[in-house]
Amino acid sequence: MIRVTGLTKDYGSRRAIHDLDFNARKGEILGFLGPNGAGKTTTMRILTGYMPPTSGTATIGGFDIIENSLDVRRITGYMPETVPLYVDMTVSEYLLYMARLRHIKNADERVKKVLDMVELGDRANGYIGNLSKGMRQRVGLGQALIHEPEVLILDEPTIGLDPAQVVNFRNLIKDIGKDRTVILSTHILPEAQQVCDRVMIINKGRIVAEDTPEMLQARLTGSQRVTLQVRGDGRGLPELLSQIPGVLHVVDKDGGSYEFETLPGQDCRPQVARTVVDHGYDLLLLQPVNLSLEEIFLQLTRDESSAADAMPELNSMLEAK
Amino acid sequence: MRNIFTIAWKELKSIFISPIAYAVALAIFLVMGIIFYANILNAVVQQVAPPIQIVLGPLVTLMLFTVPAITMRTVAEEQRTGTLELLLTAPVRDWEVVIGKWLGAVVFIIIVLLATWVYPIILNNIVDPGIDQGLLVSGYLGVFLLTMAFLAIGVAVSSFFSNQIAAFFATLGVFLVLWMISYPSQAMGAMGGDLLKYLDMSEHFYSTFYRGIVELKDVIYYISMTAFALFLGSMSVETRRWR
Repeated sequence: MIRVTGLTKDYGSRRAIHDLDFNARKGEILGFLGPNGAGKTTTMRILTGYMPPTSGTATIGGFDIIENSLDVRRITGYMPETVPLYVDMTVSEYLLYMARLRHIKNADERVKKVLDMVELGDRANGYIGNLSKGMRQRVGLGQALIHEPEVLILDEPTIGLDPAQVVNFRNLIKDIGKDRTVILSTHILPEAQQVCDRVMIINKGRIVAEDTPEMLQARLTGSQRVTLQVRGDGRGLPELLSQIPGVLHVVDKDGGSYEFETLPGQDCRPQVARTVVDHGYDLLLLQPVNLSLEEIFLQLTRDESSAADAMPELNSMLEAK
Repeated sequence: MRNIFTIAWKELKSIFISPIAYAVALAIFLVMGIIFYANILNAVVQQVAPPIQIVLGPLVTLMLFTVPAITMRTVAEEQRTGTLELLLTAPVRDWEVVIGKWLGAVVFIIIVLLATWVYPIILNNIVDPGIDQGLLVSGYLGVFLLTMAFLAIGVAVSSFFSNQIAAFFATLGVFLVLWMISYPSQAMGAMGGDLLKYLDMSEHFYSTFYRGIVELKDVIYYISMTAFALFLGSMSVETRRWR
């Protein structure tokens, strides 16, 4: 659905994005994750036809973003960051205006439907200037959905919403993403983890990692970390554990809690459990520790060198290119 | 075409919502009323029939100063608030945006111009045997064409700015230059004096429309000024993307 090749954008002498390559399938929710100024908004603005790239190309639904810009804009819905709206219009007036610009038949009905979708039916005749930030955000989403676009591009859509709205918003996006392509940028990591099928971590205009949230965790963790807890203080347990093949670095965490690492690709939890029980300890907990996306993100974006350290396989991947 | 009308309609509505429209209308009718009243009194004292020029003259001058106030916000405001981003990522061509905004302002000015017909109507009633209808029509045609060109230039200038006040003064500056550019033409003589005279916007009004003469070259001049300004505005919006 979306195919991006070698996309580069310079602002004067500053290079905002470097040679981006990625694809997005139909029915996929792709998350852009990155610190401020990473190039997320720039990439989105190029895809929506707001500004041209310095070099490289992209196609959306088979249309080139430069040659067939109007066709691209026809099938794309875009919700910019901070959602700029006309404050002197009412919600339904505004949605109707956007619907007319997109030549929608039965525009009035469609506006009503969208108002229901974003739960703004009761504020339809209120001026946008009087709406709260969260409500404006929903108006912004509404205008992006007004023409039932095949591709939806959302720039930090949940910023400024209250927690209940965030949950609704995410569910709405997930729902929409079932049969459409959605690209959303965020710097809220749990959001990417919950909503996205695939995550791209962008830093300083480059893609530093790209995978499903689960795979990113697995790839980055490499060796598995496991927490173990027994009743009592578990005296003598570290020595016992270290004897099990594949178990490394046993750390005493106090109060009967221990953490150990396993060799990559080896799951020695069964042996550990058996050994612990056979030696008369009461096993309370045996759980793998997952690095949260947050930790991965920090590792990857701290700076370039640590990104390479954190993901050696990424380094070789880049070299192979 | 549809997009142009959609944008023009929205523009017209937001002109009427904004206080600027009412301030502009107030200024026009207040100043026109005072000048009209003074001219009538003067004519009564001097025992002469006041000509229609007592309406046309002030009207043109007022347009010079009020059009920038109407056009200053058109593109500049959208640029400042960022709403231009949504407009330019909708399937709308850049020139449709510019022409739509211009058309909205044109409709507003037509409404204002129609309302100023009260003065000729009053004049017609108090002057015997009535005013010169041909002069009235040619004069208003001239004012209309001139104002269309003004509005186009105003929208074009507005598209270069993201600050309304800057757009206002820049537009006013451009108008004044185009209004008085023929002043040095006599001194210059063959050295391009004719060119300056041709470019002058007041020249095409005062020497013909104002005197009841409608010449094709003046109509073409104002229409081409309008078209050129709208083209320039579209180019400016397009280059915004590259900046």
